[in-house]
Amino acid sequence: MKTLAYALGIGVALATAVSGAADAKTLRWASQGDALTLDPHAQNEGPTSTMNSQIYDALILRDKDLKKIPGLAVSWAPVEPTVWEFKLREGVTFHGGQPFNADDVVFSFERALSETSDFKNYINSVSEIRKVDDYTVQIVTDGPNPILPDQITSIRIMDQEWSQEHGVEKPQDYAGEQETYAVRNTNGTGPFILEKRDPGIETVLKVNDGWWGWDVTDAKTNVTEVVYKPIANPATRVAALLSREVDFVLDPPLQDLKRIESTPNLKVQQINQIRTIFFGLDLGRDELRNSDVTGKNPFQDPKVREAMYRAIDIETIQRKTMRGLSFPAGIITSPGVNGYTEALDERMAFDPDQAKALLAEAGYPDGFGVQLDCPNDRYNNDEAICQATVGMLAKIGIKVNLNATPKSIHFKSLQNKESDFYMLGWGVPTLDSHYVFSYLAASEGSWNFTGFSDARLDELTKAMEVETDAAKRDAMIAEAWDILKASNAYLPLHHQVIAWGMSDGLELPIVPNDSPSFRMAQMR
Amino acid sequence: MVSFLIRRVVQAILVMLAVAFLSFSMFNYAGDPVNNMVGQEASREDRAELRERLGLNDPFPVQFARFVGNAIQGNFGISYQLQRPVADLIAERMPATLELVLVSAILALSTGIPLGVYCGIARHSWLSRFFLTISLVGVSLPTFVIGIFLIYIFAVTLGVLPSFGRGGVVELGWWKTSFLTADGWRSLIMPAITLSLFQTTLIMRLVRAEMLEVMRTDYIKFARARGLSNRAINFGHALKNTLVPVITIAGLNIGALIAFSIITETVFQWPGMGLLFIQAVSFADVPIMSGYLVLVALVFVTINLIVDLLYYAVDPRLKVDRGTSAGRIA
Repeated sequence: MKTLAYALGIGVALATAVSGAADAKTLRWASQGDALTLDPHAQNEGPTSTMNSQIYDALILRDKDLKKIPGLAVSWAPVEPTVWEFKLREGVTFHGGQPFNADDVVFSFERALSETSDFKNYINSVSEIRKVDDYTVQIVTDGPNPILPDQITSIRIMDQEWSQEHGVEKPQDYAGEQETYAVRNTNGTGPFILEKRDPGIETVLKVNDGWWGWDVTDAKTNVTEVVYKPIANPATRVAALLSREVDFVLDPPLQDLKRIESTPNLKVQQINQIRTIFFGLDLGRDELRNSDVTGKNPFQDPKVREAMYRAIDIETIQRKTMRGLSFPAGIITSPGVNGYTEALDERMAFDPDQAKALLAEAGYPDGFGVQLDCPNDRYNNDEAICQATVGMLAKIGIKVNLNATPKSIHFKSLQNKESDFYMLGWGVPTLDSHYVFSYLAASEGSWNFTGFSDARLDELTKAMEVETDAAKRDAMIAEAWDILKASNAYLPLHHQVIAWGMSDGLELPIVPNDSPSFRMAQMR
Repeated sequence: MVSFLIRRVVQAILVMLAVAFLSFSMFNYAGDPVNNMVGQEASREDRAELRERLGLNDPFPVQFARFVGNAIQGNFGISYQLQRPVADLIAERMPATLELVLVSAILALSTGIPLGVYCGIARHSWLSRFFLTISLVGVSLPTFVIGIFLIYIFAVTLGVLPSFGRGGVVELGWWKTSFLTADGWRSLIMPAITLSLFQTTLIMRLVRAEMLEVMRTDYIKFARARGLSNRAINFGHALKNTLVPVITIAGLNIGALIAFSIITETVFQWPGMGLLFIQAVSFADVPIMSGYLVLVALVFVTINLIVDLLYYAVDPRLKVDRGTSAGRIA
C-alpha cells in the first residue's frame, strides 16, 4: 500500500511539473526504428546517427543544405598534402561540465579508428591524429585526402575524462558479455542533452541552453524538449500523427501522404533523397547461375544491357508504383552529390521495339530466362518496382523469375556473390562521387557485384583519392561517370524521395540525408 | 507420484531441447546479422573477421552446444542490434506483455462466460443470434485489422484513446506497471480488447455449447421439477458443470495469448516481448530470437506440466492407471 501511495504521489508530482512550465514547447516525433545505441562510434546506421547528432557535435557540421559549416572546429586547411590542420573552438563545455579541448578530439578519433568501431572504414585514410596545442589538432592521412572534411562530419566527439571514468575507451564489442556505459548514457557538446533513455520505448532530450552554436550556426530553437517514440507499424505511425499524439513523423508510408496533406493543420514536406535505386547485372561470369542460357552470359553483350534498359518504362513506375514520389534517374547517384550533373542524369529513351531489335541482334530473338533478386523491406516499394519490371521485361521476351526476400537475406546473397541480377540502392554520406566509384564501380569495390571492371576507371578512382586540385579532380569524376554510364552495368531507376509528415505549427527544414536536426526546429 | 513427476520433468526437458534445436537451426534462414551490424563501408575482411569473432563460422553442432551451455546458465548472449544482454532486454519487456495478457484474459473470461450462458439458455432469441454473428467477426478477422480499425475509430476519429504505447508507467522496483495511472489504463483498453477478442468468442462459443449439452441432462430436468428458480438452475447447477473444460482451455490459452500478443504489440507499439522479437527478426538478431523462443517454449511446457499435475490431482482414475494415461492427455 505504501508503494501504491508513493507511486500515486509521483504521478501527481509529474502532472504538476508538466502543467507548471507554461512556455515549455515539446516536440514529439516518431519513426519506424529507434537508434540502436547512443555510443557515437558503435553503429554507422541512419537512425542511430540521427539521434547521436542531436547530442554529440562533430568538428564540422552540415547546414540545412548539407553544406559544411564550422562545428567544434572553427577552421580547417591542409598544411601539407597529407596533413589537415583544425583550429578548435574555445570555451565549449560538455554536458557534464568538462571543458572541450584537443585531447578530446585526439581521443575520439582514436576511438573511432579502434577495432570495434563501425566508423573505422569511414576514415581509414587517417594514419595519425596529433595534438599541436590545446586548440589545434592535425590529422595525418596516408596520402592526400581532399574529402577528409566531408568524411569527418560523421565522427562525433566524446569527452576523454568521462569515457575513461566509465570505462568506455572503446566502442561496444559484440563478442563481449556486458553492455557498456556509453550505450545508454551520453556526454556530448551538442544542442540537446539526454534526459531519459528507454531503448525502443522513449527517448527524451532537453535543450542545451548553453550550446555554443545558438545564433552562431542556427537561431536559438524555441523547442525545450524533444520526445522520441519509435512506432514500428506504419499505419499506427500515421494514426498517431493524425490524432496529434506526435508532431512529426519521419517516415510516413507513401500511400498515406495525401491523407496527411488533406488533414487540417498537418503538412507534408518532400525532397529528393541522396539515394538512388538501380539494378545490377553480373557481367563478370561466363555463365549465369539462374538462367536458361548455358555456355555464355547474355549480360556480357552490351546490346542486351541496352535492351533491358530501354525496356524499363520508368515513367510508368514513377506514376503508378511510386505515386509520383520518385525522380527517374540516368546515373546511379543523386542531385547534391559532387559530380552529379543534369546532363548525366538524362535517361536513354524508353523504346520496347528497339529493345526487341537489340535482343534479336544479340542473338536472343526469343529472349531468355533470368532471376531477379530483390529486397522487400529496404527501399520504398522495392518489391512492387521489381514486379513492374518483370512485366516490362516480359514484353521484350525476357522471362524474369522474381525472388523477393527480406533485406537480411537479400544482402547476404549479394555479399556471397550469388546473384545475377539484383536491386540495390546507394546513398552517399560523403556527398562525393568517389564514394560511388570506390564501392560500386572499382574492380575491387566491396559492393561491386557486377563483375564490371575497367582499368581506366580504376585508375581514375585511385587518382581522385589524392588529387587536391578541385578542377582537375572534377574532370576525373566526369570522365569516370561517362565510362560507368556508357557501360550499362547498372540500370538506373530513380532517386528516392523523402517525405516528412508534420504539424503546420512546426518549422523543421527537410534535408536530403533524411536526418532531421532539431536545433533548426521552431514551433508555433 | 514422484516417478510420474520425474517422468514429466524429463519429458519437459526433452521438449525444451527440441525447441531450442529447431529454433536454432531455423536461424540459418533468417539472414545474415553481420551485414546489419556493420556500415556499408565495411570491407569484406572486416565482415569475415566479425563473423569469426561471433563464432558464426563454427560448425552447427558447436554453435548449438555453446548456445545450450550458455542458456542453461541463463546467459543468452548480447543482442547484435542493441548491444545489451538479452536476459536484461527480455526481463525489461516482460511486465508489459504479462500485464496485457492478464487484462486480456480477465476481459475474455468476464465477457465470454456470461455471453455464452445467455446464448445457451436463450438460444432462439434475436439477441443471442446477434451475439453469435458478432462473434464470427472476432473469430474470422485478423488481429491487426481489428487493431487498426479500433485505432481509426477511437484515436483518429474520436480522439479519446491513445493510438500507441503504454502511457504513464510507474516503476515498482524493476517492474514497470501501467496499472497505476489513468493514462496507463487508457492506453491498455484498445490492445487488451484486440488481444482478447478471439479468446472471448472462443470461450463464449465453448460455454454455449456446454450449456446446451448440460441443459438437456436429467438432473436439470429434476431440478426444474423440484421448482428451483431459473437463476439457481442456470448458474448454480448448469454453469458449474460447464466450467471444467472452460478452465482447461482458458489456462492453456494464456500461453497462446503470450504468443499471439506479437501482432497486437506491433500494431499498438506495445513495448512487450513480442515487439522485441519482431524487431529482432528483421535484424536477424539471433541472440534475442533464440532467447525469446526458448522462453515461450518454457511457458508452454510449464503450463502443460501444471495442467498435467492438476489432472492427476482432480481425476482419481489416473492414480489407478499409474500415469500411463497422463502421457496421453498431454
